Amino acid sequence: MHGEAALQTLALRALEASRADETEVVVLSGESSLTRFANSAIHQNVHEVDLEVRVRAVSGSRVGVAVSNRSDDPSLRQVVAQALTSARLAPEDPEFRGVPHPEPVPKVTAHSTETAAYTAQQRAWDVKAACDLAASNGLEASGFWSTREREVLVANSKGVLAYRVGTQGSFKTVMLGENSSGYAERNAFDVKAIDVPGAAQEAVAKALRSRNPEALAPGEYPVVLEPYAVGTMVGYLAYMGLSATAVQEGRSFMSEFFGERVAAPSVSLWDDGLDPNGIPASFDFEGVPKQRVDCIDHGVATAVVYDSYTAGKEGRKSTGHALPAPNPGGPYPGHLFVEAGDADEAGLASGIKRGIWVTRFHYVNPVHPKRTIITGMTRDGTFLVEDGAVTRPIKNLRFTQSVLEALSSVEAVGNSRLLVQDEAGGACVPAVRIGHFRFSSATQF
Amino acid sequence: MRDLAKRALDSAEVAGASFAEIRFDDREVQSVSVKNGVVNSLVTRASQGFGVRVIADGAWGFASSPTLSGPEVDRIASLAASIARASALTKRQDVNLGPPVTQRGLYRTPFTMDPFTVPLEQKIDLLLAADAGMRSVPGVSIAESTVACIRISKTYANTEGTYVEQHLLETGGGIVATAIEEEELQQRSFPNSFGRHQGTGGWELIQDMQLVENAPRIAEEAVALLSAPHCPADVTTVIIDPTQMALQVHESCGHATELDRVLGWEASYAGTSFLTPDQLGTPYGSEHVNIVADGSSATGLGTYGWDDEGVPGSVIPLIENGIFVGYLSSRETAAQLDQASSGAARASSWNRIPIVRMTNVNLLPGEWTLEGLIADTDRGLYLQTNRSWSIDDRRLNFQFGTEIAWEVAGGKLGRMLKNPTYSGITPEFWGSCDGVAREWQMWGTINCGKGQPGQTMHVGHGAAAARFRNVRVGIV
Repeated sequence: MHGEAALQTLALRALEASRADETEVVVLSGESSLTRFANSAIHQNVHEVDLEVRVRAVSGSRVGVAVSNRSDDPSLRQVVAQALTSARLAPEDPEFRGVPHPEPVPKVTAHSTETAAYTAQQRAWDVKAACDLAASNGLEASGFWSTREREVLVANSKGVLAYRVGTQGSFKTVMLGENSSGYAERNAFDVKAIDVPGAAQEAVAKALRSRNPEALAPGEYPVVLEPYAVGTMVGYLAYMGLSATAVQEGRSFMSEFFGERVAAPSVSLWDDGLDPNGIPASFDFEGVPKQRVDCIDHGVATAVVYDSYTAGKEGRKSTGHALPAPNPGGPYPGHLFVEAGDADEAGLASGIKRGIWVTRFHYVNPVHPKRTIITGMTRDGTFLVEDGAVTRPIKNLRFTQSVLEALSSVEAVGNSRLLVQDEAGGACVPAVRIGHFRFSSATQF
Repeated sequence: MRDLAKRALDSAEVAGASFAEIRFDDREVQSVSVKNGVVNSLVTRASQGFGVRVIADGAWGFASSPTLSGPEVDRIASLAASIARASALTKRQDVNLGPPVTQRGLYRTPFTMDPFTVPLEQKIDLLLAADAGMRSVPGVSIAESTVACIRISKTYANTEGTYVEQHLLETGGGIVATAIEEEELQQRSFPNSFGRHQGTGGWELIQDMQLVENAPRIAEEAVALLSAPHCPADVTTVIIDPTQMALQVHESCGHATELDRVLGWEASYAGTSFLTPDQLGTPYGSEHVNIVADGSSATGLGTYGWDDEGVPGSVIPLIENGIFVGYLSSRETAAQLDQASSGAARASSWNRIPIVRMTNVNLLPGEWTLEGLIADTDRGLYLQTNRSWSIDDRRLNFQFGTEIAWEVAGGKLGRMLKNPTYSGITPEFWGSCDGVAREWQMWGTINCGKGQPGQTMHVGHGAAAARFRNVRVGIV
């Protein structure tokens, strides 16, 4: 770890070297390790360290960006000069309102010394235990166990100077049987909160339960989606329409529905970078403090997230959701939460005469973003539900489904939440029961 | 560089490595994007560093750093060996790389005009002209245009005696017009989806695209799609354009023939493959289907001198006259089948390990013309330009959407249809192929994701239009 003082010195050197009207410097520094296993053995085991300097230079209302992972003085001067050269070549952008002014940044706990210091040997022993558990159940273990520490410093010529350091641990596993599989993942900023044996046991149990699946005809069924599947679904909803850029361009499903019901009353979806149940981050990549944004409140479409550019277009304040510049895709909610309900596992399946229990989705992509239609496959544990109980495993199915239509038919919400995390961000979500979900085709396993 | 490489390899051996390799990677990216008349992204990005991968106690370890100095390569080599010894806690067998690789040489991407010497003003002017061309069409809501160029210098050395140096150059560009009306959103991209088409080569690739000339046409199509009828649900004949064929090959053949997937190494993320070794020599598609992995195709994004294990790029048949015959492989995966590596181990950056990736996975041209395929079709659809994609974790059940479809009736193109989709099961689908066109072009896919931690790779696909019978369409 470089530490706040070292990164601050670096950023201030870059600011001093700049001749631009306005300058923003973002320093990203990190050290990460990932132990990957397959066929119950570690086959890839990697470690990386990097430090990246990102400079946004402003000339009038023209903007240029340069990025480099070289931080010696000549390289720093070069990256600053490149950003300004680019800015001067760009046409004026009358909607650019400048880099943000400083604001107080709240303190959040997002760092664990144990996580930062977790070693390859410790990860290997954890993985060995998971592999041994798989072997004792006639299964093969695969997955990864990663730990990382990341520092972010944002400084600009208007006085923004914000620093945060955080850690993250992630354990994900797929246990494979001859014709079955099971999945589990755990994520937290502190490795002490990650129950690796518990996750391995969950995936093993699922793989054993999903043996010898039978074919089921595609069609419309009621479903129970576990948190893994819910996290993927709301992540795509965010990608397709919960940013101000998508709304301002008319691409978002939210554009026509602010203040209207878009989901069942039991559905509330928000973004909160400060909630310790996620992987907290106190400010965004412009140094703006993160605000909680309620996107869907008891089924009603309420708000989307902003960065300073999109906020400036509407004369409002950024909500602290900027990605590193240049970010033509606009702001992004990377800390999603769905409100828990009161249903336990048995309660989720109850009331389903004939339906499907889904562990997780695979290879999901938008089909029609404005109508929130996505497609993807089920994976790693798909089951038939009959008369309110899970009865037998079934082969995987493809779904082609509008997310909003699915959320509109939510009938029950689980009483506990799980943090699911991918490269785009995290979602702390419960399981849900949905009345109507369309499976469009089947596969052979 | 040579001294640092030798020092790293020596340090790794001192730390107990039985094999070590070092790869230096220095890359620079320049990209410009215009949206609705505004330059919304103008960025240069430089990244350099090195990674050391070693085998110690029969297992793998890898460490990387951006700091190019003697003490740092010592530290990283030693760290990689320490990580390898941790890996050995779970090993079932020692890593076997097969025969040693001893290569020497220098490779440079051939090009006519270095895109980094083209003034930024010229790039911006080109994109603004294309942007104006799209926005001259009433009804266009969003016009986007992009050019990007990348230069990569790589040096690879291993303890078996390989030392190779490569200087790769990529150039790409593209335009996208979007029309929006209430709940309907329609998009047309040129020359390919995913924002741009890209290849190895210079600015001449951009000049050949004719972005400005094509801007009004794609904008008109995007607007016309808003009021076009929906693609109806049906089982029919489809003729698929070369850009969508490139992605069809990518998803259903390219990934399916990656030997690491077959061996279960990607089971937890991207998945496995139905093309297990017992399927070698069995039918994959009809006799019209011939697919190769070609590391030497002109302008292909998978074209290089050596892969990131120092193995030369080569031509490997994957599907011959419809029969599954070969794999994309690395040294370690190939050794599991007592084969030689196909030279397809690639890393996306200095801080990533090489894993099995596509090179240029090409559908070889057939004997038809596109015009002939259409004229020979009584009833069906002509599908153009990818819009959505998904396939299961064994690469069997797929569903694609394209930006536009045209009805084919009585051997002629008819009305435009919106929101087309088609789906199938891979071997059944390729088995229904009854014609491949001879108009063939190399396409670039710039968003191929794989691996943990994630690696985004640029791969090539030579493709031509092809016809398939009894395909399910209109799933939305």
